[in-house]
Amino acid sequence: MLLLSFQALSLMENHVKNDYLGGHLPTRLKGLDDALCGGIPFGALTELVGPAGIGKTQFCLKLSLLAALPTSYGGLDGCAIYIDTESKFNSRRLIEIAENSFPEIFHLKGMAQKLAGRIVVLRPTSLTEFTESLQQIKLSLLQHRVKLLLIDSMAALLSNECEWDQKASRQDSLGWHMSFLKSLSEFSRIPVVVTNQVRAQSSDYASSYPFQVHVRDQSIRNSERSESHLVGALGFNWAHAVNIRLILEAHSGKRFIKVAKSPISPPLAFPYFVSSSGITLETDNGIEVAGPDINTIRCQGMVLRIP
Amino acid sequence: MEIWSLPFSPSQRAKLLSAGYTYLHSFSHLSPSALAADLDVSPQEASDVLRVVTQAGMMRKPDSIVAGAQTAWDILCEDRTMNHITTSCEDLDGILGGGISCKEITEVGGVPGIGKTQLGIQLAVNVQIPVEYGGLGGKAIYVDTEGSFMVERAFQIAESCIQDIMDKVLQTDDVGVCQENLHVNAILANIFYFRICSYTEQIAVVNYLEKFISAQKDVKIIIIDSVTFHFRQDFDDLALRTRVLSALAQKMMKLAKKFNLAVVLLNQVTTKCTDGSFQLTLALGESWSHACTNRIILYWKGNERCAYLDKSPSLPLSAAPFSVTTKGIRSVASSCKRMRTT
Repeated sequence: MLLLSFQALSLMENHVKNDYLGGHLPTRLKGLDDALCGGIPFGALTELVGPAGIGKTQFCLKLSLLAALPTSYGGLDGCAIYIDTESKFNSRRLIEIAENSFPEIFHLKGMAQKLAGRIVVLRPTSLTEFTESLQQIKLSLLQHRVKLLLIDSMAALLSNECEWDQKASRQDSLGWHMSFLKSLSEFSRIPVVVTNQVRAQSSDYASSYPFQVHVRDQSIRNSERSESHLVGALGFNWAHAVNIRLILEAHSGKRFIKVAKSPISPPLAFPYFVSSSGITLETDNGIEVAGPDINTIRCQGMVLRIP
Repeated sequence: MEIWSLPFSPSQRAKLLSAGYTYLHSFSHLSPSALAADLDVSPQEASDVLRVVTQAGMMRKPDSIVAGAQTAWDILCEDRTMNHITTSCEDLDGILGGGISCKEITEVGGVPGIGKTQLGIQLAVNVQIPVEYGGLGGKAIYVDTEGSFMVERAFQIAESCIQDIMDKVLQTDDVGVCQENLHVNAILANIFYFRICSYTEQIAVVNYLEKFISAQKDVKIIIIDSVTFHFRQDFDDLALRTRVLSALAQKMMKLAKKFNLAVVLLNQVTTKCTDGSFQLTLALGESWSHACTNRIILYWKGNERCAYLDKSPSLPLSAAPFSVTTKGIRSVASSCKRMRTT
């Protein structure tokens, strides 16, 4: 085991020199890209979390397309691996997004086939299959110019397992996958995007420390409200492990995409809508969200269309 | 105590040294006649020598009772000159008695997104502030177990730190000199970054650090971000985990004391059931919570970020607000514009 230390300066120089597009995958949502200093970062784990039907899969479809596009159009010119655990991947929708977002490329002959051919879809039916596929991917990543790994969704795989009741073993296997995905993304310098489901806030949800006496009393009074609060399905451990967390939520009749956790971005929320060309921001000026509200996930007052 | 510190005449001292009597204990169980024969002096002179030695022996310092001990007074004198690494937030420095202390282990914990990594990067930059501007002029070691260190962010924070120093220096017309010595690339070059992917690597790097720091010199802070990550999975045997963690803590403490540096360990949170209600607490269990000297918990108070000093050997437990801005960690009052712009 060789222990390598790097000076932070050499890290910086490597990133600037070697990474495509300065180490970020632009999402083409200008406000979001500005907030994330370029886009989804390479070498890090990005999480998309939100209630069902909010647009996580739509976002993922667009990202896989962007990875496949040639660099002259702002893409990564490589393959994207889409691990689809809930059978949500829809090729027709992918082509529709492509035609509406990049009409000038898609009308070229054979382009649609070429780009769609770069998106590799896997449908593992169990956690063990998923684990094996990941290990295979790690080995063949560099040869096949894989530029993006998408997992939609992580939570579905774990909730299917029989050991769901045993919290400890669930955490263990989640832990292994977390470490593996991180090392995969850092080793090959690609972005890894994972979607997460939500569940209702359960009664064992903790929100304050022992020294915060007055907050605790207040939360006892507010416990009736807990059903409307949603939390990420994979728990605290996972929330600590991801590097960037993007929350998609709905309230006041609109949908918002929020940058909830990021080492380099301010806490901003952008209203968006889902259209024929995927996700589009209503405005590039994000609304700054102060305080812990940036981490809440709401799903109120919307009729969500299941795609 | 050595002979040359005792009140002998030069000729007496020369004779004693050439005969090999350099320490007080060389005289134990020695009679005046034996000493006289050894030194080739009169018995009268030998007994004079022994009298001086006995008197000196009676005023012996108690710390020589046991090798390696220090009296409380000596420790107090040392503490007064102890170095603190500023966090760039006056309120936070205030509750910490000046900043993060050297020779101690400080644990910092909080929910995801509260600013633990930001604080870690800020400290890695602040430790490099030259001595003439109130810093330690040292280097930093950043052990990253989660991949959360973003070098672009370190660049931003380093730039702002230099800018703050320049603003202060502007008042004293030393700008030219200052500009030469402070450069962002130099700051980044002095942060030694280790990326750790398993708990065995984590243990190995802690063992390796002693050699690394002896070679490097001037390392004044070690930050581990986060100490928890690899220990929360892969461990079926919790007793083993406790043993491994306490061995790790001991080694870190030894490094802190030996090289006079600060150790900052970032920790994650978990839930704990007390009195029927669930509360947040720092991860890794009860036994780990004894390992650190100081503990700071970062939490949300309404819409503001706060830091609570949860454990300290000498300071009262108190809280201070702070904010995370484009420039890094700053006080709440000073940042009139909360929003970070890139």
